[in-house]
Amino acid sequence: MTKAFYQPFAKAAVALAIVSSLVGCSSLGVQPWGKDQLARADMALNSEKLDLALDDHIYFSKEGTSGGRSLAGGGCGCN
Amino acid sequence: MQLTSKQSIASALALASCSLLSQQASAAEPIPATDDWKVDAAIMYYGEQDRVQAAEAIGNVQKAFGDSSLLDLKIVVDSLTGASASGAVAQSDSQTFTRPSGDGQYTVATGDTPLDDTFHDTRVQLSANWQEVLNQDWTGNIGVYGSKEFDYLSMGINGGLERSFNKNNTTLSLSGAFTNDVVDPVGGRPVAMSEMVFRGNYANDADYQAAFDQTRLADDDTKQTSDIMFGVTQIINRNWLMQANYGLSSVSGYMTDPYKILSEVDVNGQTQAYRYENRPDSRLKHSVFLLTKGALDSGVVDFSYRYSTDDWEIQSHTLETHYRYYFSPSMYGQLHLRYYQQQAAEFYQPFLMSGDAIPEYASADYRIGDMTAYTIGLKFGQRLSGGHELSYRIEYYQQNPENNGTEIPGQLQNYDLFPAVKAIVAQVSYSF
Repeated sequence: MTKAFYQPFAKAAVALAIVSSLVGCSSLGVQPWGKDQLARADMALNSEKLDLALDDHIYFSKEGTSGGRSLAGGGCGCN
Repeated sequence: MQLTSKQSIASALALASCSLLSQQASAAEPIPATDDWKVDAAIMYYGEQDRVQAAEAIGNVQKAFGDSSLLDLKIVVDSLTGASASGAVAQSDSQTFTRPSGDGQYTVATGDTPLDDTFHDTRVQLSANWQEVLNQDWTGNIGVYGSKEFDYLSMGINGGLERSFNKNNTTLSLSGAFTNDVVDPVGGRPVAMSEMVFRGNYANDADYQAAFDQTRLADDDTKQTSDIMFGVTQIINRNWLMQANYGLSSVSGYMTDPYKILSEVDVNGQTQAYRYENRPDSRLKHSVFLLTKGALDSGVVDFSYRYSTDDWEIQSHTLETHYRYYFSPSMYGQLHLRYYQQQAAEFYQPFLMSGDAIPEYASADYRIGDMTAYTIGLKFGQRLSGGHELSYRIEYYQQNPENNGTEIPGQLQNYDLFPAVKAIVAQVSYSF
């Protein structure tokens, strides 16, 4: 094993150590500017759950495969 | 950005981690802080050109109990009419078919794709889910589901656990569901691969009925579905998150479509008989779903990909995106694009050849054949006072079934055996 082989791992270890130390500081409180975008209602994964449910039902009825986004739920005798 | 030293790496990481780690998880639906009711309702019309027409109403009520509990109740009512492809092929003569009930016949004109216009059904679906924040890291949910239509009953239970890590930047989830379905087709379940009988070939009603009954099995049948899904949601940065799911689904029981048939044709493509299809009674499905979603300055965008495969050898790839743009703080437009590509089940065949041995499993249902499909949709939404929202959606969905490599004999070459299915979806939704 050469030094060149180890070098990236050493850098990664340093980076991980820095990240770990920052975890402590960032947990002191949520900055108002930090959560604004992802906390928007339109960023929730099921923000359009009725549309998604209706689409799932159409594609479940008309195609050979279904589900994936969430549990497929119940069946129906769809034509 | 060029990183030239450990110091610049550290600076970059410090900057990245401050924005990364100070996020609150928003992957799961935020639980309303007050004891508020939230109601979402929609009515949808789905119409295929010359085929199925459906109307669907859906209502969802959400009630928060404090900060840790959430009850979700959903009702769906839909009504279906119109015609559906029976699986038989077009012919140079008109064709007469016995209705699935055995009571009466319908005729399909020369050159037309045979559609069974018997369908008329109403379905009611109810579901309830309870979500509980167990502690800072763990959230659990449990639910029940029921769906009833004239010839079909589906009942299920589901549950799941979520664990947050990394200051809520990473969420792992494990969920499962079990569903039991009861299939009780109009006219009874056909005997697998049995031949359709016709009133005209019998001297009287009693003889015909006796012959028809020979093609039917007594009683209903069941199907059990067990699902398990493992998911990871990861916040990437201040604007982007991603989700990855792996799903495993095991189905056993009656999966044949009791209303689908296959034409049995000779070397000239002339139909000699019609036979009721038969599908295997077990199916093991895998799916991988990847999604990324981003908060833009004036909108939201998501991209997703799904790969699905199973032991029926149906494979599919689905690409989908939604892009929302806010014209003003209270009005948005949204584009929806979806592309779907599917490879046929191993037992799919567009018709049977007379003289060949009758296979154990066969279906001419184009929905499990080779196919591509695409959707293009537009949605407009308006936020009203008091947190209410009104939205309209219209979509165009087209399926393009394809030949799975079957050689087409004689007169069948004159007809489009894989006709496109074109549908419009129109929907109005209201939330308050």
